Amino acid sequence: MLSFGALGFTAPVLLFALAALPILWWLLRAVPPAPVRRRFPGIALLLGLRERDPESQRTPWWLLALRVGALAALILALAGPVLNPQRVVPGQGPLLVVMDASWASARDWPRRIERVSRALDVAQQAARPVAVVALTAPPVGAVEFRAPEHWRERLPGLTPRAFAPQAATDWLDALPEGIETLWISDGLARDSRGALLAALSDLGPLQVFEPATPVLALAPASFSGDTVSLTLRRSQGPAQDLTLLAIGRDPAGIERDLARQPVAFAAGERAVDIEFTLPPELRNRITRFQVAGQRGAGAISLADDSLRRRKVALLTVRANSEALALLSPLHYIREALADSADVIESASLDDLLLAGPDVLVLADQPGMTEAEVEAVTEWLNEGGLLLRFAGPRLAGAGLNAAAGSVATRGEDPLLPVPLRAGGRTVGGAMSWGDPRSLAPFPDDSPFTGLPVPGDVGIRAQVLAEPGPDLAARTIAALADGTPLVTRVSRGAGQVVLFHVTANAEWSNLPLSGLFVEMLDRLAVSTRGSLPQARELSGTTWQPEELLDGFGLLHRADDRAAVSGEALAPVLAGTTPPNADLPPGLYAGAAFRLAVNATNAQTQLTLADWPAGTPIESGFAQPELPLAGYLLALAAALMMLDALATLALGGRLLRAAGVAVALGLAGTTPQLAQAQEVSPRILEATESVVLATVASGDAQVDATALAGLQGLSQALFLRSSVEPAAPMTVDIERDELALYPFLYWPVIETSPILSSDAYARLNRYLRSGGMILFDTRDAEISRLTGGTTPAGRRLQRIAAGLDIPPLEPVPADHVLTRTFYLLADFPGRYRGGTLWVEAAPPGAERAEGMPFRNLNDGVTPVVVGSNDWASAWAVDETGMPLLPVGRGTTGERQREMALRFGINLIMHVLSGNYKSDQVHVPALLERLGQ
Amino acid sequence: MSQPAAPLLRRHAEALSGALPPLMVAAEHLANSMLPGAHGRRRIGPGAEFWQFRPSAPGDAATRIDWRRSARGDDLFVRETEWQAARAVTLWVDSGAAMQFSGDKSRDSKAARASLLAMALALVLLRGGERVGLAGAGLPARAGRGQAELLAYALTKEAQPEGEHGALDLHSAPAGGHVVLFSDFLGDLDHVEAALDVAAARSMRGILVQILDPVEEDFPFDGRTRFESMSGHLNYETLRAADLRGDYQARLSARKDRLALLARQSGWHSTTLHSDRPAAEGLLWLYHALGAGGR
Repeated sequence: MLSFGALGFTAPVLLFALAALPILWWLLRAVPPAPVRRRFPGIALLLGLRERDPESQRTPWWLLALRVGALAALILALAGPVLNPQRVVPGQGPLLVVMDASWASARDWPRRIERVSRALDVAQQAARPVAVVALTAPPVGAVEFRAPEHWRERLPGLTPRAFAPQAATDWLDALPEGIETLWISDGLARDSRGALLAALSDLGPLQVFEPATPVLALAPASFSGDTVSLTLRRSQGPAQDLTLLAIGRDPAGIERDLARQPVAFAAGERAVDIEFTLPPELRNRITRFQVAGQRGAGAISLADDSLRRRKVALLTVRANSEALALLSPLHYIREALADSADVIESASLDDLLLAGPDVLVLADQPGMTEAEVEAVTEWLNEGGLLLRFAGPRLAGAGLNAAAGSVATRGEDPLLPVPLRAGGRTVGGAMSWGDPRSLAPFPDDSPFTGLPVPGDVGIRAQVLAEPGPDLAARTIAALADGTPLVTRVSRGAGQVVLFHVTANAEWSNLPLSGLFVEMLDRLAVSTRGSLPQARELSGTTWQPEELLDGFGLLHRADDRAAVSGEALAPVLAGTTPPNADLPPGLYAGAAFRLAVNATNAQTQLTLADWPAGTPIESGFAQPELPLAGYLLALAAALMMLDALATLALGGRLLRAAGVAVALGLAGTTPQLAQAQEVSPRILEATESVVLATVASGDAQVDATALAGLQGLSQALFLRSSVEPAAPMTVDIERDELALYPFLYWPVIETSPILSSDAYARLNRYLRSGGMILFDTRDAEISRLTGGTTPAGRRLQRIAAGLDIPPLEPVPADHVLTRTFYLLADFPGRYRGGTLWVEAAPPGAERAEGMPFRNLNDGVTPVVVGSNDWASAWAVDETGMPLLPVGRGTTGERQREMALRFGINLIMHVLSGNYKSDQVHVPALLERLGQ
Repeated sequence: MSQPAAPLLRRHAEALSGALPPLMVAAEHLANSMLPGAHGRRRIGPGAEFWQFRPSAPGDAATRIDWRRSARGDDLFVRETEWQAARAVTLWVDSGAAMQFSGDKSRDSKAARASLLAMALALVLLRGGERVGLAGAGLPARAGRGQAELLAYALTKEAQPEGEHGALDLHSAPAGGHVVLFSDFLGDLDHVEAALDVAAARSMRGILVQILDPVEEDFPFDGRTRFESMSGHLNYETLRAADLRGDYQARLSARKDRLALLARQSGWHSTTLHSDRPAAEGLLWLYHALGAGGR
């Protein structure tokens, strides 16, 4: 192969032909285009005229260039040009393909697979054994070297995992000497890489395939107030514009983008902070953050229960005191929490605890029974937050032993600190001081950082008994050091006491914005920070949904639960997620935790390979054969040449006209087809059309059609039904929905229908169509016997039909009175039994009614054997076609046959109308009253 | 065609007589669009049309007095009629091969158009009582319906091309008469000038009718083209025909100007008619030009 830079030729010898191009130029130049001969009388005026451009005596230079260019393209195409020719190094010995297959590989996974596939191709040509090892799913035991075909089948099954590769295990030790390694790297440095690299380098040559595209890692979100902040990091790369999506379920439960934020990386910038400012309603719904258009678990950050709305239970005042709303101790709490939490209220503590609240608020309610205290304590131990407010009753509880409560001094387990009875009042009319203001919040307090407004004044408070742990339990204090808010842990939960009232009675704290922020901090802090290892110990967590390497969530209910001890280091970021603990959502007893593929500790430094390692940096341009393009170019140039030659000869317009005419001629038939409408359908929709089913026997079909003609004629004359000419339908092909009634003469050779036709027929019957089966054999069509050939055929045909149970037509069936009153249903023969849909079993004749109240619908099929069509049949002049019976009796029979037909069509068209006529006397009687 | 065999002669005769009725019919049709009738000379003279009354003067014959007019007054009036005189009009249609050209299959050739116009003009003139002859065919000017048949025969016979342009000889035309020349005048104009000199010498007046195909006006050719004359004697090759369009049209315009100048110098009329325009237009113009020329 000859190559110039990125261009190579597989057959370079042919390039010598390019030397002939100048000769061609010279040849072509001498030969102008052939002239057009024209007779022209005005030639006398032309003699002696010269063209303006003497050069045009020769072939114009651009036409020459066109032709030479076409030929050059042809020569180049035949020389087999290839862009970016791949140097195929056959290599020797077994080939080991090591794939990182981590979350960082997911972004361009198909190209990695393609690279492996290419390596397999090469190995296959050299008949080398191959082993493919995904480091995130290392083989158990020794690596098996197999034929490339074996691995080719398994390539599509290789997927990246959502965690980083594990340190090599025993498979590395079992590798034979003299293997060649192709390492499909994800481009990130990690500790486990060094040992593996050293081991593989010792075994044989090592080649690395590594992308140059940046790896994105989205760290878990952190929340402060209304802002959700995330950090998107990347390994390297030029300026890049991305979009970060906050995805969650809308109120209808449909997953959609709740918010989006542009992310702009400057060139070389490694990390960008993104902040979402979201109303709590939206924030509570977010399930994950995702970089739009980026594949891979690294571009996803799952959000867990720390975003959820708190459920806050308010114990309403039990006494039926009709206090004003603004005086209600719960009013300000309700207002403060309404936007950010689900508030439930009840006067029953049991009800509230049953609802499983995150927070229970007790405002100045000291009196609790022992059972209640026990229940609350149990709830606290499971992780609840009890938020209490002081008040006159709490202050007075210690004084009044007769209150019957256990809230005596020092012993109340539901108070963070023991309280001194009575409390104190400052800044009142009878006191000596001003209202006390707040001291700045201490550093270890959950309120740290909240600004203390100067206008908040405390006029009264309950005081804590001094004790050794009072200072540790105080999370907010007044300027004089007395505690304002105290907190203590109880089991997994905690108890917080505001030493003032929840309303504005003792202080104006509830009126300030600080109050809302404090409540927010407290409510959020219930689950806001990640659980500590201490809290996790002894718990179990069931994986609910797990991330795959591409960043898709999969149900994982079948996975074994993990222990809290194992989860803690992963959450803390000290241990990366691994195969035993993949990224995903883990459900605990009360809430869910998200383990993300990456966190703030995940390293995003580029892998550092020892000097001399051949690295296919980035994704080398794939080998691209150019012969096809050059051939197309040559063909296009030749077409241009043809057009140019026509233009030079002044014949271009005419040629274009011919081409347009040909194009038009080609398109017109399609236009004609689009207009086609079946006249048959049009005709059938014009009016009522009776139809007969083709039986395959021409004589029978003709008689059936003539019979329907006769029936249509009789209907036209005697009733308001005015049918159009009857039609013959082909069950297999024609649309049945257009016909209300099908007459189906069954003969011995009637075709058995296809399953498709059965489906259509059943649909027809269910949607209100009616079929009259006529075996035409005068035999008693007792279907149980199946005595005649036509009868047996009918059984076979009807086997596939959705036909209800049948019975011989009862004497009071509506068919006997839809138009004429009939006792018998003769056709050309008489006496055959007529079968219709069986009446419901419970039908009884009502008192005073001539008929039973039978089935409400129209029977979908009527089965008989009396050859009605022959009795109905008329010729073109409207005269009877076939003889029926003898003499006047026969004519009477024909008349009865026609009356049956009319009754039948009336039954089809008007349904159970006549059946309802039974009720007319009753209706009239009722109207009379 | 000196002594053709009898069948050949008959075939030619049939071909000719076959062409005759269409020409006659077309020309009649065209002529019917004109108001027929003798044209007055706007002078006193022998004729049927009233011209004026004038008071009788001594010497007027008593029979000339118009008694109906004179009875209205005391004076005697003589009724004078307009002088109506028949003229001799000699037609000439170029019988050259160049006249056989037609730029489009749907259009008549120039020769056909010229013959049609000539024949229609002849019919109109003959109906007006004029004498019409055909130069070049040796058909002297005569009046009467029979002359129309002869003219038609001569015109269809002359449809046989002979050379690029036909020879024009006005020596046999009656002196003092009118001449109408139909040609494309794309050949040598010196011959035309010589003929006009002859005509002027014999005090003949007339009209030069140049019949052109639109293709000859527009020159819609492009690319490498080899032009040939209709008879094939001349040819001319160009590589870019479109380049010649301007020069060609300038030359054609110059030729038209020279033709008009020639006509004006001899007191003649000239016009250019196109074979894609309705023939009736041309006939109307010819009729009026002839009337004006005869005044």
